[in-house]
Amino acid sequence: MSVLSQGRARRDTGSRPPRTSRRAGTGRLAAALLSPTLLVLGLVVGYPVLAAFRLSFVVSSESIDSQTGFKVTTTSYGLDNYEAVFTGERFLRPWWNTTSFALVSVAIEVLIGVAMALVMHRAFRGRALVRAAILVPWAIPTAISGLLWKWIFNSQGVANELLGAKVLWSSEGFQAWLSVVIADTWKTAPFIGLLVLAGLQIIPGELYEAARVDGASPWRAFWRITLPLVRPALVVAVLFRLLDVLRMFDLVYVLVGPRKHSVETLSMVAFEEMSNLRFGTAAAYATVLFLYIAAVAFAFVKLFGADLIGRGTRSSQ
Amino acid sequence: MSSSQMSRREAGIPAATKAGTVRRRSAWAVAASAALLAATLAGCGGDSSEPSAGSPGEFSGRGPITLATGKDTTGTIQDQLDRWNSEHPDEKVTLVELPESADQQRQQFIQNAQTESDAYTVLNLDPIWVAEFAANQWIDALPAKEFPLDKMLPAVVKTGEYFGKQYAIPFNTNAGLLFYRKDLLDKTGVQPPTTWDEMKDACADVAELPEGRGVDCYAGQFDKYEGLTVNFSEAVASAGGTVVDAEGNATVDTEEAKKGLQFLADGFKDGTFPKESSTYQEEDGRRAFQAGKLLFHRQWPYQWALADTEDGSSKVAGKFGVAPLPGLDGPGKSSLGGLDLAVSKFAKNKATALDFIKFFSSEANARTNLKVTSAAPPYAGLYDDPALRRQFPYLATLKASLSSAVPRPVVVQYGDATAAIQEGAAAALSGSKSVDAALADMQRDLSAAIAEKK
Repeated sequence: MSVLSQGRARRDTGSRPPRTSRRAGTGRLAAALLSPTLLVLGLVVGYPVLAAFRLSFVVSSESIDSQTGFKVTTTSYGLDNYEAVFTGERFLRPWWNTTSFALVSVAIEVLIGVAMALVMHRAFRGRALVRAAILVPWAIPTAISGLLWKWIFNSQGVANELLGAKVLWSSEGFQAWLSVVIADTWKTAPFIGLLVLAGLQIIPGELYEAARVDGASPWRAFWRITLPLVRPALVVAVLFRLLDVLRMFDLVYVLVGPRKHSVETLSMVAFEEMSNLRFGTAAAYATVLFLYIAAVAFAFVKLFGADLIGRGTRSSQ
Repeated sequence: MSSSQMSRREAGIPAATKAGTVRRRSAWAVAASAALLAATLAGCGGDSSEPSAGSPGEFSGRGPITLATGKDTTGTIQDQLDRWNSEHPDEKVTLVELPESADQQRQQFIQNAQTESDAYTVLNLDPIWVAEFAANQWIDALPAKEFPLDKMLPAVVKTGEYFGKQYAIPFNTNAGLLFYRKDLLDKTGVQPPTTWDEMKDACADVAELPEGRGVDCYAGQFDKYEGLTVNFSEAVASAGGTVVDAEGNATVDTEEAKKGLQFLADGFKDGTFPKESSTYQEEDGRRAFQAGKLLFHRQWPYQWALADTEDGSSKVAGKFGVAPLPGLDGPGKSSLGGLDLAVSKFAKNKATALDFIKFFSSEANARTNLKVTSAAPPYAGLYDDPALRRQFPYLATLKASLSSAVPRPVVVQYGDATAAIQEGAAAALSGSKSVDAALADMQRDLSAAIAEKK
């Protein structure tokens, strides 16, 4: 009896606007059930973000005691760290590097990734082998792939051997920037490929059959069927990649090295500040980067309607 | 490194989800985060660290301690600890191995100090960190009189000094040598050069030999990293200048510093240094030298054993020699490497720690380390030992190099100082700035690093 009424009650809430008291009850239950998760999230995500935010306002000035040589530190609160970020020499260039990496490498990765997905989606002999081969770069840790490419781009390395030129990849200049784009594309195009492949696999085969019956060319089928239907998966993949590239650190650090202006990213500047024990400025850089990434993500979601919270699944039911 | 990376990684994802879900968040979640924020702000009062009385620490207490050192790639440290532990069963020393990379070691030492943890007792420090650790009062001043410092090379002892006190005891040391192709120099009948001009002349002579084709003149470590600081400091010292003087002021706007940097910049301009050496770190240069592509190479002594391997990995085995670095008007001056032992301020059982450092840095141990790992000892006497000289033919040259060597700049904010040096030197080497402009900028940035920026 009680089971039955409960079942009906649940169906009611789903189909009709429920009475307010009952809604408050379920809301409280949901909150109680979710609270452990939210607590953990608050501790491991919320607290560090807030702590870093607070730290970015802590201005410390240091001096050396002329008698003992000991460091004297005084701290106060203020906006000096942000002033240092925006007026210093190390903001615009790293910001542009970060942004240009994101734009260029994600664009190339999308082209190659979609092509990879289309290849992996075909049924042919040795498909498993091709799929595995394409995914290998994605499975390699970034620092390791950074080392691999460092060898390739060494002055006596394979890249120069193949090109028959003596390009000094790790010295300042466009070539260093290019080497990062190449290494990043190599590693992460398979990620886009993988997500797009998942998108491709849910497209029903009948659609293509119908298109063929109607006399559509494969090219037209790609533009009219494949691309629109794979779009939700592609948009999520691109968003993830954008967020990833905007906070890029390890690849550049290992491949080219710190303090090379043509490739230095905002996270590298934050790291550099931190390792010189200027935690306030480091936190200010990290906060600026965080806000920038949040703004990019927000704009991207607004523009392309990335379906991150599962609205799509509900509407399809 | 990882902690900042992690927090950003965690930060990136909620940013994405936040955009979509912010409207759906129930009010209590907002309230909860507000409470969290309040709690965070409440706990933020005491960030300032006041200097305490600057007397040398009391070395009291006996019992188990730890030795924190970079990864023991030679596998010899544990043997020495076992020897100590069998003689001191109540004062055992446990080895704490840190990562191999120096930057990561520094991070861990600093984290340990900032949490005032007693996990590390004896710290094996890179000499460039001693000033920073001493100024932050993370390590104790040591009673210098209890150590046989007079038997050590004076320049090496100085690496453990800060504001007139000995904060660290040399464990081993290192200096640069000029590796040269003996076979090619012999053919032209030239002695190993002692000045930069002689070196360039020798290169010109060798270039006329049929064997001299495809052999570049000279390379050091010119990539933009710590190696560039070492090579720049050596060039300045070899021209008679200093990077930071005895009073701790930046002195790279001097005529001597200009001559030093001019030598490096001209080397790239006139082709004395191969173009690709602007990307060389130690190992890149070593590969080039072992492939027979370099006549002269500034390198640490470790290259000797590797370049002398007869298994075919080195084309120059048996064909090279070493000399002290050349300079402007006479022999040059090397920078110093090595490792120094210090006692963490926050450790327990410091009396044991002091005794252990005496044992660990003893001459007998240094001899073993030289024999087994070819680590250069701080003790002057070992360099004249006939048996050791037979095993390491470069010892006499290394002693000469160490005796005239200069420590790298003693700056508390060493990270900023080395960045300023690398910035200026790299700009001059690539030709993007004139030597004068590069040094003017370097002087400004180096002074700022010394004066302590906010």
